[in-house]
Amino acid sequence: MTLGATEASPPDGGLPSEHIAETAEAKQIEGRSLGQIAWARLKKDKVALISATLILLIIAIAVLAPLIVKISGFPPDQPNFKDSNGNDLLDTQLGGIPAGGLFGSGMSSEHWLGVEPQNGRDVFARLVYGARASLLVALGGTVVAVVLGTVVGMVAGYFRGWVDALLSRVMDILLSFPTLLFILALTPVIADRAQSTFGIPDNNTLRMGVLIFVLGFFGWAYLARIVRGQTLSIREREFIDAARSLGAGPGYVIFRQILPNLIPTLLVYATLIIPTYITAEAALSFLGVGVKEPTASWGRMISDASNWYEGNPLYLFFPGAMLFITVLAFNLLGDSVRDALDPRAGRS
Amino acid sequence: MTTTSTPKSTGRATAFSERTNPVRGEVLLEVEGLQRHFPVTQGIVFQRQTGAVKAVDGIDFQLIAGETLGLVGESGCGKSTTGRLVTRLDEPTGGKITFQGADITHLNRRQMRPFRRDVQIIFQDPFSSLNPRQTVGTIIAAPFDIQGIKSEGGTRKAVQDLMARVGLNPEHYNRYPHEFSGGQRQRIGIARALALRPKLIVCDEPVSALDVSIQAQVVNLLDDLQDEFDLTYLFVAHDLSVVRHISDRVAVMYLGKIVEIAARDELYNHSRHPYTHALLSAVPEPDPDAVKRRERIRLTGDVPSPLNPPTGCRFRTRCWKAQDVCAEQEPPLVQIGAPGHLAACHFPEERDVV
Ligand SMILES: Nc1ncnc2c1ncn2[C@@H]1O[C@H](COP(=O)(O)OP(=O)(O)OP(=O)(O)O)[C@@H](O)[C@H]1O
Ligand code: SF4
Ligand SMILES: [Mg+2]
Repeated sequence: MTLGATEASPPDGGLPSEHIAETAEAKQIEGRSLGQIAWARLKKDKVALISATLILLIIAIAVLAPLIVKISGFPPDQPNFKDSNGNDLLDTQLGGIPAGGLFGSGMSSEHWLGVEPQNGRDVFARLVYGARASLLVALGGTVVAVVLGTVVGMVAGYFRGWVDALLSRVMDILLSFPTLLFILALTPVIADRAQSTFGIPDNNTLRMGVLIFVLGFFGWAYLARIVRGQTLSIREREFIDAARSLGAGPGYVIFRQILPNLIPTLLVYATLIIPTYITAEAALSFLGVGVKEPTASWGRMISDASNWYEGNPLYLFFPGAMLFITVLAFNLLGDSVRDALDPRAGRS
Repeated sequence: MTTTSTPKSTGRATAFSERTNPVRGEVLLEVEGLQRHFPVTQGIVFQRQTGAVKAVDGIDFQLIAGETLGLVGESGCGKSTTGRLVTRLDEPTGGKITFQGADITHLNRRQMRPFRRDVQIIFQDPFSSLNPRQTVGTIIAAPFDIQGIKSEGGTRKAVQDLMARVGLNPEHYNRYPHEFSGGQRQRIGIARALALRPKLIVCDEPVSALDVSIQAQVVNLLDDLQDEFDLTYLFVAHDLSVVRHISDRVAVMYLGKIVEIAARDELYNHSRHPYTHALLSAVPEPDPDAVKRRERIRLTGDVPSPLNPPTGCRFRTRCWKAQDVCAEQEPPLVQIGAPGHLAACHFPEERDVV
């Protein structure tokens, strides 16, 4: 009496609740994950496409910087005083601001975006190389913050009890730090220590490493809190018990069962903090604790240019515009990612 | 019936050969004085315990290999907690659990590992019981993955055999849970529980969340699987109608205690405890004459809090037969009537309900 129905064809079959996927895409056996659905939505979003293209372009510029500079002809660190015809690039009488070009920028067919006042380095080359420092520090800092925040948050939320109490206090303390002040005070100290104690020369690799570490270290606590909250709720779901009833240990449950469910949150958070870290790197370099001479960074360029904005406003404009476009693109993409991942967002 | 698609052919029998198979009729699992009190604490920094939710408060029962024991009671009476204790997802605060002669009451995770193959659980909620980020293939392969078991012909083959056996299309291996209906999702959960060839499956209200039309299909599937794989079930439900078809014996729980336990027909036809009567009167009866013969008992009042259960008989605050003695003495669970028929009441019913 009981069998038959269950054996032959897919059961629950002809019922109305059995459902679109069965009929409409009967041939498409490959399932669509929630991620793939979000991806499909994202691909239809024009703002997302434009910002993603911009971001890819900026990343390409950063990666291909040496190649681009070869084509443009002037390395970023090379001082230039004369153009190929032997004319002076800089006007020594006006304190060394570029001679000629739009608004005294020194823009010409050789120096596409002009040259720096005083030492005549090529602005285009420095802008291209500046993308490297900005993106490297911002992405590096984001990776550190996301990895730390995710692991600590998951551990606190999964184990609860005293582990949670301890880690949550650490998060509280970190969140109540005057972060910017600490970064300003700490970065030179860490760089200095690294040099005196470990003999690591205070070059820009070290500086960038320190920036990444500092941004990441002060940035994970907020994410850890979010992750902890989500872990607390995910661990109450029955599929966690299902895994445990099969003998799974904490490592399996945390990384194989809980982590995949956090990915939307992590993506959204990452797209949220990348632009703030780009700005932070610029601000720190502007304030002199970030990337040092002679390496280019947008923050450093803005800092230098602020001394010359009357005689050479474009020198300030170019790095400012790059910073603005990059941050805006990341923010817009972040918004789109958030919408695409949110099943309740009434779009698509 | 045909069982061509059963994964018996995958050769996993060899990997499992060290396991002793229970003989039909022998005691598979025994629970004595089982207790789970959830501490209730107050204070944020210095927590102190101010009381305890007595979710399960001293219950005894046996599961005989090959049988289905229905466990019935209102919401919050401790059925799920009992199931979680038996599968050792939760730690008992008292009592003893013996599985095939081995005391598993306080085994830690590592020590429990071998028993995990033998005792499995199917959950109530077909949505929260499957990880939404994993494909069906990954979900059903998890048992092999976690226990480190390789099956001949590969895990994928084993998983697809299981899918076919529970009535899913094996080609839907790469689909995600949200692409299935509630009934199909429950079948995924059943396939996962079945993967390691357990001896005992705790079914925690496996059909309560499903449409009535699908409930019967899933119950029938469980019934068939039981015969085919010699399974023993602890089948939890919140009313007596669902378990009637599948159970060999039925236990009725009220506020963390078993108040009556008997063979299925004995319980449905000759129940002795007033609470069982009340539950039975709520069972829809296909025969209209029977409805007329049976008066409907409407329970009044709320279930008391398990934080502070009534003294003596816990049912006395809602019992129409309660006397002074019911508040003073807790009625023991003793044999009344047929052998194996136990009830905990000072004034058991005399007359039969049919
Ligand atoms: N982790 C916990 N902490 C504190 N109290 C709990 C916990 N789990 C369950 N309880 C309490 O224990 C009692 C029994 O819960 P349980 O889930 O076992 O009931 P149930 O019979 O399965 O009910 P339902 O039919 O609603 O599923 C309830 O009062 C519940 O609030
Ligand atoms: S012991 Fe008393 S209160 Fe409890 S069920 Fe029996 S008659 Fe009712
Ligand atoms: Mg329950």
